[in-house]
Amino acid sequence: MNKSGIVDIELWQLMAAYAYVIVLLVIVRIMGIKREKIIVMSSIRMTLQLIIAGYILIYLFNHPSFWFLILLFLLMEGFAINNTFKRVKVPLNRELKKIIAYSLGGGTTISLMYFLLVVIGSNTWNDPRYFIPIAGMLIGNSMTGISLGINRLIDSMRTERDRIEGALMLGATPKTASKDIVNKAFDASILPTINSMLGMGIVFLPGMMTGQILSGTSPLIAIKYQIAIMLGILGSVAFTVLIFVHRAYKVFFNKDAQLLLPEETVTKE
Amino acid sequence: MESPDNEKPVFTLKEVKFNDILYIKELAITEKKTTAIVGKSGSGKTTLLKLLNKLISPDSGTIYYRDTPLEAIDSITLRREVVMMPQTPVIFEGDIRENLLIGLKFSEKELPSDDRLMNMLQVVGLDKKLDEPAHQLSGGEKQRLALARVMLMEPSVWLLDEPSSALDKDTEDEVMQKIMDFGKRNGSTIIFVTHSIPMAEKYAEEIIEIENGEIVSIKQNHHE
Ligand SMILES: Nc1ncnc2c1ncn2[C@@H]1O[C@H](COP(=O)(O)OP(=O)(O)OP(=O)(O)O)[C@@H](O)[C@H]1O
Ligand SMILES: [Mg+2]
Repeated sequence: MNKSGIVDIELWQLMAAYAYVIVLLVIVRIMGIKREKIIVMSSIRMTLQLIIAGYILIYLFNHPSFWFLILLFLLMEGFAINNTFKRVKVPLNRELKKIIAYSLGGGTTISLMYFLLVVIGSNTWNDPRYFIPIAGMLIGNSMTGISLGINRLIDSMRTERDRIEGALMLGATPKTASKDIVNKAFDASILPTINSMLGMGIVFLPGMMTGQILSGTSPLIAIKYQIAIMLGILGSVAFTVLIFVHRAYKVFFNKDAQLLLPEETVTKE
Repeated sequence: MESPDNEKPVFTLKEVKFNDILYIKELAITEKKTTAIVGKSGSGKTTLLKLLNKLISPDSGTIYYRDTPLEAIDSITLRREVVMMPQTPVIFEGDIRENLLIGLKFSEKELPSDDRLMNMLQVVGLDKKLDEPAHQLSGGEKQRLALARVMLMEPSVWLLDEPSSALDKDTEDEVMQKIMDFGKRNGSTIIFVTHSIPMAEKYAEEIIEIENGEIVSIKQNHHE
């Protein structure tokens, strides 16, 4: 143990963690579950990504630069937007992609600004030690949320065609006709965040708090950060999805307030 | 098309084509009359109603509502005057009251009293309470609920897609007679689709027969 009370993990200990995955692989193979490849791939990918991220962080902490921080932030957003596109089960048209991009960008930026400037404090807001992990958590969770919301919206626009058309026949505007679907898409996207808030501290200790405690921070400080970040995540996910759904339902209708066929909307260029 | 001078058309169709499904060279539907559209399954009856409701638009040709082409009329404004009841009744979340009121809410009209709602349930022969959940109604009951919902809106044109298909013979006769009377009293134009020729002959003044997306006959039906 060193002076600050942090136990560093030795290389051989890390290797032991990989050995654990190898045991898992053997079991998976014996049971005939064909998932070896994805387990190996994701372990390797995670390792490489984290090594690169670690070095970038070390560099940034030693040479704090505002522009580099902004660049990194844009890269994270770009990655998240691209990842969202991939998580949607159907090909998306340009219009929907555009809406996803600005919802995710807008929702996370507003929340990040508020958290860094108001909650963390204006003098340290651009300290990479705060900026990067908080941005990462807000963007990551918002990405998961919006992906769920998109899938739900597209699904319901298909399965609930009759109900939407039924509403249009009675003189509803597209907005009113899709109100239930929009609300349900919103629910679906914030549900994981709500569930994790409900289980927090009882069912599990959140990753960030665990990390802080493992590295020697007082649990009382750790929970304050955890509370702040959870509220930030909730706000960020909610904002992102709100911006998204309030614009995205329109893609499913034409200017004559007619519900388009699925093949005319989602895959249309 | 023979149409006396004192009868104005509510819809006029000219060279209307929709995909390979429907082609109507010429058609006029008379105002304040009851028109039945008959034809085999898949002949294009629902497609025709949807065109009149501007839920879909023709690939070519023009549909006039009174004297204005549909392209020049805002879809939502049109649908608040020309209301369509779909072939499969749509039930929305909530109780019977909510389901009756939803059409008026959608079209931003004034909401009536419970007495009026009960009265409308009577017209369609539904003996239910307003706060009963709507989703557990039987198929025929849902259909009558959907009918009552459209009638509450007092549209000037009713587009009814097989409004009585889920009803038994006696109920069908009772309900059809009552809604036709209600429509006449309100001076509404009623356009209904049916696969039953006897139904059409009994209740319609004009019968349009469609086969493979084309009109094969238009009959004036004089009864009473
Ligand atoms: N959006 C669409 N795209 C392609 N084909 C369609 C579409 N809607 C309907 N059809 C086809 O058009 C034809 C006419 O359909 P429509 O629903 O108008 O028939 P219908 O006369 O109402 O039949 P039924 O009595 O069974 O209700 C059918 O062959 C149907 O499969
Ligand atoms: Mg039909």
